[in-house]
Amino acid sequence: MSTPMVLAEGVHKRFGRNEVLKGIDLEVAAGEVMCLLGPSGSGKSTFLRCINHLEKINSGRLSVDGELVGYRQEGERLHELRESEVSRKRAEIGMVFQHFNLFGHMTALENTTCAPIRVKGIPRDQARARASELLGRVGLSDKLGAYPAQLSGGQKQRVAIARALAMEPKLMLFDEPTSALDPELVGDVLDAMKQLARDGMTMVVVTHEMGFAREVADSVVFMDGGLVVESGPPEQVITSPQHERTRSFLSKVL
Amino acid sequence: MSTPEDTAETGRPEEIRAVPVRHPGRWVAALLVLVLAAAAGRSVVTDSHFEWSVVGNYLFDERVLSGLRLTLELTVIAMAIGVALGVILAVMRLSPNPLVSGSSWLYIWFFRGTPVLVQLIFWYNIAALYPKLALGIPFGPSFVHPDVNTLFTPYRAAILGLGLNEGAYMAEIVRAGIISVDEGQADAARALGMTRLQTMRRVVLPQAMRVIIPPTGNETISMLKTTSLVEVIAVMDLLFSVSNIYSQNYKTIPLLIVASIWYLVCTSILYVGQYYLERYYGRGYTRAENARLWERMRALASPRAAR
Repeated sequence: MSTPMVLAEGVHKRFGRNEVLKGIDLEVAAGEVMCLLGPSGSGKSTFLRCINHLEKINSGRLSVDGELVGYRQEGERLHELRESEVSRKRAEIGMVFQHFNLFGHMTALENTTCAPIRVKGIPRDQARARASELLGRVGLSDKLGAYPAQLSGGQKQRVAIARALAMEPKLMLFDEPTSALDPELVGDVLDAMKQLARDGMTMVVVTHEMGFAREVADSVVFMDGGLVVESGPPEQVITSPQHERTRSFLSKVL
Repeated sequence: MSTPEDTAETGRPEEIRAVPVRHPGRWVAALLVLVLAAAAGRSVVTDSHFEWSVVGNYLFDERVLSGLRLTLELTVIAMAIGVALGVILAVMRLSPNPLVSGSSWLYIWFFRGTPVLVQLIFWYNIAALYPKLALGIPFGPSFVHPDVNTLFTPYRAAILGLGLNEGAYMAEIVRAGIISVDEGQADAARALGMTRLQTMRRVVLPQAMRVIIPPTGNETISMLKTTSLVEVIAVMDLLFSVSNIYSQNYKTIPLLIVASIWYLVCTSILYVGQYYLERYYGRGYTRAENARLWERMRALASPRAAR
């Protein structure tokens, strides 16, 4: 049995006195696409940020590809990882944000080559060739020299996807990637994500796009109030939900 | 405003011809300003107390030029120290370590809270406080024993006083710049595996520069003139050179004009430098605005062609 790509066991996260995650258990297999659904404030985004240690969890265990996130276990004791070690692990996990977060002072090409050059030490020429190939794959061959301010939301998000892929991650996290886009532009971004799923990438996607979840996801998790309410294959969770809370949420968004 | 479509298809729709609003107040104000400017100009040109020939004689005087050189030197070095120190202090101030951020706060509190003139005189007289310095292991043996009086020449005291003081002000400017960069930028950089230092250097600071440059230009111009304070510790800057001359020949006004001309020339050059710096760090943000500015200028030049 292969190790799961993401394994969460009783993950808790507090911000001050506000408990955002109240014990999350879930498992994402390698090559699986999992969609996290749920109302805002249910902790989906926070959980996603815990996976690459942008947020530190307060209790429970969270591991990626068999290794604990942010800690090293020696016998019974947990040791916090040094910053450089945390960074090295983050480099293996791609993340795409709701508000794109492209670097405003860099062109699309520079956005995509920056981390491979600085973090992985890939030679400049090689990084540029790879970046133009990735940008071409998301349909932006003619925008290599454009700054984020000159791109539409959909184009920005596709640059962000290419930027994450340039690091050749083993896992991709998507935090509401289409929520800030005009309805017209959502399709291009979803197409890029579908392509990625077809290529076998392991993906955890926080989204409100039910169509995408139904079509692409292998499993769907519905969260509310910091807990997993129900999970399973999309036809089960979306089409015939078991819990009242899931039903009422879906009836509003579908 | 007509849209491109209707110009292309039907030619131009008929333009509105209306009687423009009159602005009599503007004409009165313009007249008033012109009269006052003419009066001031006449006094400057014809009043013999300005002694323009004396101004001309001393404008390129060797003593004045060497004073100018020193003023520029002090400005450049003190600002360089100030900017470097400011970046370090600002990053320290934002550190999660309370000892680090606290010591930065204390530095800024002290150097902003005391007059720069006092600091200059303090550094000049540092030998009174520490006649001997020793460089070595704290509480252990020391290796070098420089004499404080020869180490802290007036020139070095001036650089130290101005630079350390500037660092405190620059720290707050840099901090404001760093805070102005959206937190998502740092999130994205860290998610890509960059360390805190890389994130700061490659992603946050370059974007903070857009906010940092304008007040830094302000500080540089201010520094150029603040250097004139060093005359109290007998450093021969522009103002001190000039005042040495007029204390001998009593041509106070023309010589102050000489100094003012040079200060104005230098600040004008700084304006140009600041413009180009702003343009460089505004890349990715201002390109569209520049285009719009250019369009606006064209529209001003020929209102019809731009339509």
